[in-house]
Amino acid sequence: MQGFLQRHPIWSIIIALVAAVFLWLIFATWSEEMVEVMGRKRVFLNAIFGGITLGALYFLVASGFTLIFGLMRNVNLAHGSLYLLGGYLGFEVSELTGSWLLAFPVVFIIVAIVGIILQNQVFRRMEGEELRQTMVTIGLSVVIADLLLWTWGGQSYTIYSPDWLSGPMTLPIVSSIRDSGEVVYLRYPAVRMAILFAAIVIGIAMWLVLNKTKLGMLVRAGVDDREMLAASGVRIQYVFLAVFAFGAGLAGMAGIVGGTFQSLSPGEDTRFLLASLVVVIVGGMGSIPGAAIGALIIGLSEQLGLVYAPTYSVVFTFLIMAAVLAFRPQGLLGETR
Amino acid sequence: MSIAEPRKAAVQPMWFEKIPAGWWALVLILLTMPAWANDFVLFQVMGWTFILGMIALSLMFLAGYGGMVSLIQMSVAAMAGYMVAIFGNSGMGEISMGLPWWLYLPIAVAIAALFGTLVGALAVRTEGIYTIMITLAIAAAFFYFTRQNYTIFNGYSGFNLVVPPPLFGVDWRAPMPFYYLTLGCAAICYLVVVYVSRSPFGLSLQGVRDNPRRMAALGFNVTAHRVAAYTFASVIAAIGGILLAWQNAQIAPGTAGIPAVIDILVIAVVGGITRPIGPFIGALIYVLLRTFSPDVLLAFGLSGERFKLLIGLGFLAIVFFSPDGVLGLWERWRNRRARGQDPLTGEDP
Repeated sequence: MQGFLQRHPIWSIIIALVAAVFLWLIFATWSEEMVEVMGRKRVFLNAIFGGITLGALYFLVASGFTLIFGLMRNVNLAHGSLYLLGGYLGFEVSELTGSWLLAFPVVFIIVAIVGIILQNQVFRRMEGEELRQTMVTIGLSVVIADLLLWTWGGQSYTIYSPDWLSGPMTLPIVSSIRDSGEVVYLRYPAVRMAILFAAIVIGIAMWLVLNKTKLGMLVRAGVDDREMLAASGVRIQYVFLAVFAFGAGLAGMAGIVGGTFQSLSPGEDTRFLLASLVVVIVGGMGSIPGAAIGALIIGLSEQLGLVYAPTYSVVFTFLIMAAVLAFRPQGLLGETR
Repeated sequence: MSIAEPRKAAVQPMWFEKIPAGWWALVLILLTMPAWANDFVLFQVMGWTFILGMIALSLMFLAGYGGMVSLIQMSVAAMAGYMVAIFGNSGMGEISMGLPWWLYLPIAVAIAALFGTLVGALAVRTEGIYTIMITLAIAAAFFYFTRQNYTIFNGYSGFNLVVPPPLFGVDWRAPMPFYYLTLGCAAICYLVVVYVSRSPFGLSLQGVRDNPRRMAALGFNVTAHRVAAYTFASVIAAIGGILLAWQNAQIAPGTAGIPAVIDILVIAVVGGITRPIGPFIGALIYVLLRTFSPDVLLAFGLSGERFKLLIGLGFLAIVFFSPDGVLGLWERWRNRRARGQDPLTGEDP
């Protein structure tokens, strides 16, 4: 952080200014002229919060993707299929048991086991052949997508959130002030706030595990130099298995989250695969904070784009990615090796 | 992946002797096909094979000679198809400009090539698996953009009634003319790729593939070679895309959807990305599977919709057991047969 400030003072000022403008837009009461230019503040706030929540979901999917890539140099293009599989399984579990919360550990374990099988039976056989691994994951995603279509059909599913999370909650942010002087606060679905909160907790927990524990040390060492780590006596295959299982399980849990506040249908797998691709390209390969920033940027641009320029919201995402590629090919927080 | 051609014999043989008999047989079969195959085979099976083969050929050129696995080729093809619909005639009279054919065909190819070159210029900043990811992301962006844009690309429904111009009084969408049209285009693309791969440009591109640093040290502009390879491949993909739009008589966002983009990669890899004939073999296998697998699956009591599963499993098996595709399988089988006899004793092992 200090180093960044010293090395890029101008960029730091620009970033701080943009953040300050955003915060002011969120917390200030909008005047008449601003409402005329930007529309109602409620719309803007909803887009911002929708973007942050969507970013949280993207972060859940993309963090596993980027972790697996950082450690194993394996682009798992079947990651979206794991997301969709987790969503469908979560739907079944919550329908069977009636418990939304129970679905999370169950799905995490099942999808993590799928991930372990993938890593142990498929990727280990072609270690170091990156292109072939990528091809295999493409083939797997085709096969898994068709198996899912076979099992669950083409209709879309929605997972119902539990009662204590349904309905809106009031946030301490002024949405508008009525003519009578009454202050209206922003109301936002509670389940989305819960998702946002959970994503932040998971992100911080991942950062702590990666930076403060022995396992995290092994993973970081593996990201930096795999051969050296193996040569110093670490059973690197177990580290691989653990990371792959965790990343897959996270994608599965993200499937439940996505199924709760959006819906599950065939095609969602490629949508989230694309989202994680763009997020890690923007944020930087193999970097967890990069995934967080990339997810936030992409989520925000998608939602703001949907509100203010509906036709071209996808193009915004693409333009951001192209700009990052053109000026910083390794991603915002990526490191050149 | 050797680039060395076999040494020429001391006595120069006649030019037709240099081409193996198998090729002559293939040419004869392909040329006489309309005499003994029915219209469905000509138009749907063979026409589609040549078109997909051309688009996959452009991927093969990039991947095999340039070492860049690009997933943008299907989008480039669809771009050419869209441009034909926009600048030429289609059912959407208010968007289509109705230019004459000699104007809109070059424009379509040029715009598609420009698009491919721009994407290539972005993609060559990355290597290996990054290229796959970035081109996949751009291909997806193209798909969503065409689906949402109504002023140029006419959104979800795309353009219908995109038909070839009636040149020389021939209806080029009739089975036999369309067969010869696609066969001719495919043959020209194939021969051009073979020629370019042996030209100085192709050889230096293969050098860039094998060792970019050494080529840079020798004074070759690595980036320019790669971007030029994208341009060349885009032209081939564009020709395929125009024919594809004519065959379906329509162009829509789904033409370049993610499944279609992946299919092109599957075709190229299954056929083999080491030689230009590979994509056509892969395309034939894909089209046959796609056309006839519903019947086969029904015979086994499965639903006909499961052909995707069949294709995916076939692709997995090929990638697992033979990274260089069907061609590689065949070559290994031939090598084993050639090695079959012990050179010393003359016995079978």
